[in-house]
Amino acid sequence: MAEQERRKERLDRGIKARTEGLYAISSWREVSYLLAPRAGLIIILLLLPLIVPGLYWQRVLALAGVYALLAISFDFLAERVGLVCIGGAFMIGVGGYISGALNYYLKLPVFLTIPIGTLGGALLCTLLWLPCLPLRGIYFAVVTFMFPFLTTSLILAGNLFEGTEGLSPIMGFPNTWIAVYLMIVLILLFIFGLRRLCGEDIGVVFAGVKDNDLAVFASGINVTRVKIYALYIASLIGCFAGAFVAHFSGFVGVSLFAVDFSIMPIAACIMGGPGTMVGPALGAFILAPLSELLRGFGQLRVVLYCLVLVGFILFKPEGLLSWAARKYHQIEHWVKV
Amino acid sequence: MGEQKETIIRVRNLSKSFGGVKALNQVSFDLFEGEILGIIGPNGSGKTTLVNTITGFVKPESGEIFFRNIRLTGLPHYKIADLGVTRTFQVVRPFFSLRSFKNLIVPLWSSRARRFASSRGGDRDAVAIDLLEEVGFERDAYVPYKSASSLPLGYLKRLELARCLALRPEVIICDEVFSGLSMSEIASMVPLIERLRTRGVTLIMVEHRLRELFSVADKVIVMNFGEKLAEGVPEQVMQDEKVRRAYLGEEIKV
Repeated sequence: MAEQERRKERLDRGIKARTEGLYAISSWREVSYLLAPRAGLIIILLLLPLIVPGLYWQRVLALAGVYALLAISFDFLAERVGLVCIGGAFMIGVGGYISGALNYYLKLPVFLTIPIGTLGGALLCTLLWLPCLPLRGIYFAVVTFMFPFLTTSLILAGNLFEGTEGLSPIMGFPNTWIAVYLMIVLILLFIFGLRRLCGEDIGVVFAGVKDNDLAVFASGINVTRVKIYALYIASLIGCFAGAFVAHFSGFVGVSLFAVDFSIMPIAACIMGGPGTMVGPALGAFILAPLSELLRGFGQLRVVLYCLVLVGFILFKPEGLLSWAARKYHQIEHWVKV
Repeated sequence: MGEQKETIIRVRNLSKSFGGVKALNQVSFDLFEGEILGIIGPNGSGKTTLVNTITGFVKPESGEIFFRNIRLTGLPHYKIADLGVTRTFQVVRPFFSLRSFKNLIVPLWSSRARRFASSRGGDRDAVAIDLLEEVGFERDAYVPYKSASSLPLGYLKRLELARCLALRPEVIICDEVFSGLSMSEIASMVPLIERLRTRGVTLIMVEHRLRELFSVADKVIVMNFGEKLAEGVPEQVMQDEKVRRAYLGEEIKV
């Protein structure tokens, strides 16, 4: 057989002196080799609002940013701390309702409500999920998944915050440009911040909790306390996204607790490359506009998500970003054996 | 010279059963500061359960454990480690996703480790490499930077010890540090244990390797079916009739 006589040979491209992600940089060529893909992604992200046609797609972009933030938050918790939290909708809802209510009832301006909604919402999420933090794996996931449904029922049954009507109008951003660029800048800040955090000593402790929590306990550290820190950081991101949605859509209602906010980030994360932080954001920026394009198909869009999810899990479990990074670093070609 | 030895660990009437099995039955003993206590016994005699109850990983049904004058029973496991009573695991539990020296960042981040001023001025990575060298990792080789998942068992056992040392422990409870190691690896571990003793660390060693244990232990406790069978200096204990029976079975009279 001809196929058996050849095999794929992989040659490393670029920097010679490197090991397991550590590089010894010795020339500008090598610096630019490392910088090019990173700077490229950032520049594309910054240019996107200028490129897309019209206001409608700018709004889509901003909403894709919301999903991107949720995906980053999910990725951080699941891949770096080992807490699978499917409560994105709850973070959105809490952040949105806090900043929305502050604006609706107290008439506070946007630049106050968003920080309060972010910090306060994250505090509320962390406190409410605190009792479930000692739970591991699927149990924590199930509990966090249930919270949005619980809150929706509470709001509807108790007719809180105007019940089904919701709070409207909420003061919006001065214009879409500001909203979109606020979103993009914050996505970049959160990605850089989280990656930096994971490299610090506390990030190593997070990795330890994911790896082996008993050994962390045996090291004299209260794992639950470490998880609280991580959850607060992740909730900050989610609640900011929530506050953003409230002001961006000018409306606060139970639709903020929609299950989409919990599920789509997972799909984006798996598609983009779990554990990379950048990958999930990339995934969200592909999935969200794609789902807008397919709006005409109605509920069939969900089928698309499922296909993407299944396809990537089966054929490309490493995700888009890791796959692209591998292709960038290695030359593959067939050699005769 | 005041060579007065203080009791550091006091165990009184400790009992624990799993279902119908009495893993620990009214176990009591005292351990003095700076001593090495060996705990031996056949499989399933309750040795690991004893380690787990002292370090808070398992709650005892009755009985009390004191560290100096502090009651350990009822304290959570991380608090006990925080007091300086640390343990290694029989089945090693390193952080496989991290490099070897990064494994030690976790205990070095703990509040106990932070209470001790470091000579390295807060550079935990440097302290971690120092610690690894202390337990026998070659400093200038690649080993300390290797991922823990690619380390052989001998190094992993040392890593367990290093994790305890990072906490500046007063007591280390070693759950079978010699098991699964080759003879030469064990031979290189023994001096390490000796060195810990000279630094004033009190050690409890649960072991199956009697010869190596007896060469370092001051005192030995023999367990069988959750009960303390005998206690004393190694030579004396092995002469005990009950111990011989537990280990070798009944002697057949011809």
